[in-house]
Amino acid sequence: MGRILNSIHRFFSEMSRSSSPNEDYINKLFLWFLILAAIIMIIVIVAVLIGAIHYRSSRHQGEPEQITGIKWLEISWTIIPLLILLIFFYFTVRFMKDIDQPVDKNQQADIIITARQWWWEMQYSKYNFTTANELHIPVHQKLLMRVESADVIHDWWVPELGRKIDAIPGTSNYSWLEASDTEEYKGACSEYCGTQHAGMRILVISETKNEFDQWVQEQQKVPSPPVDSVGQRGMRLFSERTCAGCHSISGIVAVSHIGPDLTHLASRKTLISGVLTNTPKNLYLWLQNPQKLKEGSHMPNFILSNNELEALVKYLEDLK
Amino acid sequence: MKLNIHIPEPTKPIPDIRTGEGLLQWLSTVDHKLIGIMYLCTALLFFVLGFGEALMMRIQLMRPLNNFLSPEAYNQLFTTHGTNMIFLVLTPMLLGFATYSLPLMIGANEMAFPRLNAFSYWIFLLGGLILYASFFAGGMPNVGWFSYAPLSERFFSSTKGVDYWVISLLLMGIGSVGAALNFVVTTLTMRTKGILMNQLPLFVWMVFVNSFLILAAFPVLNAALFMILIDRQFDAHFFVSATGGSPVMWQHLFWGFGHPEVYILALPAFGMVSEVIPVFSRKPIFGYEFIAASSVAIMLLSFGVWAHHMFAVGLGTTFNAFFAASSMLIAVPTGIKIFNWIATMWGGSVQLKTAMLFALALVVNFTIGGLSGVGFSLVPVDWRLTDTYFVVAHIHYVLIGGSLTGGFAAAYYWFPKITGRMLSEKIGKWHFWLYFIGFNCTFFVFHFLGLLGMPRRVYTYPDLPYLGTLNLFSTISACVFGISFILFFWNIFYSLRHGKIAGNNPWNAWTLEWLTSSPPQQKNFEKVPLVRSRRPLWDMLHPEDPDWKRENKNKIKKTGNE
Repeated sequence: MGRILNSIHRFFSEMSRSSSPNEDYINKLFLWFLILAAIIMIIVIVAVLIGAIHYRSSRHQGEPEQITGIKWLEISWTIIPLLILLIFFYFTVRFMKDIDQPVDKNQQADIIITARQWWWEMQYSKYNFTTANELHIPVHQKLLMRVESADVIHDWWVPELGRKIDAIPGTSNYSWLEASDTEEYKGACSEYCGTQHAGMRILVISETKNEFDQWVQEQQKVPSPPVDSVGQRGMRLFSERTCAGCHSISGIVAVSHIGPDLTHLASRKTLISGVLTNTPKNLYLWLQNPQKLKEGSHMPNFILSNNELEALVKYLEDLK
Repeated sequence: MKLNIHIPEPTKPIPDIRTGEGLLQWLSTVDHKLIGIMYLCTALLFFVLGFGEALMMRIQLMRPLNNFLSPEAYNQLFTTHGTNMIFLVLTPMLLGFATYSLPLMIGANEMAFPRLNAFSYWIFLLGGLILYASFFAGGMPNVGWFSYAPLSERFFSSTKGVDYWVISLLLMGIGSVGAALNFVVTTLTMRTKGILMNQLPLFVWMVFVNSFLILAAFPVLNAALFMILIDRQFDAHFFVSATGGSPVMWQHLFWGFGHPEVYILALPAFGMVSEVIPVFSRKPIFGYEFIAASSVAIMLLSFGVWAHHMFAVGLGTTFNAFFAASSMLIAVPTGIKIFNWIATMWGGSVQLKTAMLFALALVVNFTIGGLSGVGFSLVPVDWRLTDTYFVVAHIHYVLIGGSLTGGFAAAYYWFPKITGRMLSEKIGKWHFWLYFIGFNCTFFVFHFLGLLGMPRRVYTYPDLPYLGTLNLFSTISACVFGISFILFFWNIFYSLRHGKIAGNNPWNAWTLEWLTSSPPQQKNFEKVPLVRSRRPLWDMLHPEDPDWKRENKNKIKKTGNE
């Protein structure tokens, strides 16, 4: 019995997980709503069952009394719901204002997120570097996100960290981001954006201030060029096989922003916007045939030989 | 000068498909009953397709990272499934019942414009076929039934699927507007002697109100469809932000149609159960005026709630607050209906026939869908729930739990009138329970999936806690749900041959369609008595206690008080 209760509790806490003040507001309002909905649901089900069982025809004879309505009843089930909804409206507006606090006109965003088919570009404008698909944030700090899109409409959503916000081409949306724990949070694009909508996951890593500062320093560094011959071959291939036409890596001639920035690829936990964990083997498989791992992705198959693949993987997985 | 319109009124009975006149009679008919039956059969046909699409999606989703369907195939399937179920199943089902029953219920022999009636059906069918023709033209549409710009622009969707989708919806839109116009004029001008507007059967009343909704909402959709078509074909830029267009405008236009559309699908179903529940409770409907007035309230309010689909767009607190208020407000008239249906049962003598069971299932399931709808009007909660599986649960509770369940109640209720034979109650009860259990098990877990963080419209999902188990449970339940439909088809097939002969009025119902023979002759009525109340057949059977005396007494009381 205790085990069952325990697993039910685990299930429900999984559904109401929150790690930010904003999500706490949402959870609170949802809980109140859930209680109200449960009460109404029970009233309706019980009332229908009474109607179906107590008033069933086998218990009565002849036609029942022909009642056409009772006015005070009608008025009360119009007025009472209105009053309940009025209370909920008050808290809706209040929490909405708490979550969406106004942004100062001159305020610079801490993070600029540009959604693309089907990955996320993340610019830390204050620190002057760009990364992709993995967002690092310092814990307990309220950060301002600017969310944009380079192609179609996407939507930023990390359940534990508060509200969804659409990424719309031609528009900048602002939203506040704050984590109350040091953890990894998984999110996903939440607006249908084409073939690989499902393959557009988000990883947010919240860290202590020190860890975050260290991470920023590493990201700002230009990665050292490879010293071994395989890695050097990989670096050459990176420009020869036109990888640099879409991807940028600081320190070499690769500045294009069509695909994700690969400057510190090796430091990331996942590949291809959270579809795979970042291991040399997965990177090898991805480069071998991108369409097999993420069908529809804009990365073409370059038909690389095994030697070339190994060289490229070696080069990229040393980019720390 | 009074204009006389000649309505052709042949007197032969409805031709059977097996008799000599056969197919040609169906193709050339302008009779509202035959057209109604054709609508209903078309809905059943497309339902099989739409359910097949849904089942393939459920198989793909039954475990994480499944490879049953490619992402492209999945995206085409969910787009076609949505469009199919809304425009090719629910719409013709509701139009079909309305086309069949509305003239009968007001004692008319025809619709006001019989040829427009036939035109509406055939152009709707053409639209449906064009949607599926895209399959042979390089791929079905793959941008969702909401077709958000700029994803639906040619740059991002270069196949012809979206163009076919646009043209298909345009044609169906024209058909729906034609049908709506016909219902309005029929209701206003063709009522038999004595029926006042406040004595219309509630189904007629709801179809009447609904028709105004169609007349106002579909032009918005059609305008938006033309814009996207011009964008795609002639490189205009209504919805392209780079050249000064606005992708958000598409959302305003689409939901400006899309939300009224939800009520377009719901109101006639409300009308159906408002007929079924009183008959099987042996009592008049509780609070007729409130049900009728609340429908008008829903109609008006439904034009002011569209942006609750757009709370995540970032339109600002004031804007969101307005639409939160209007969306909460629209829950009130819906709640009034639920309570009135329950009050109709209370104090009655309830016969749990299959039609009644389906009507009660609507009361329960629509309440779940309506309540989760209130959840979306709480903007912060919406920021968590929107575009997740929670919304998928909500939409299915509203459209299956509401519209389709109401359709089944109507099917069991009117089948004897349409065919002259009763549907089997035994198969019907099996159908009902498998349907009710299968439906709730399939879709209730979607609420949990959404709260756990599963976005909607994904062809696959990572192996996160509980997602696999719940999806598998839903897929298995969907099979149970599927079996219930096989039973329904078997019931129709069996009852058409072996069903009990119905007679004119098998349910002892009170509205005029039960006065004539089952199935009615081509000319519905030879003679209709003077109607003096909402339940003309009750008055005929109970001359000692007629409704019109009761209704008059209320009026006298009122004037006496004044």
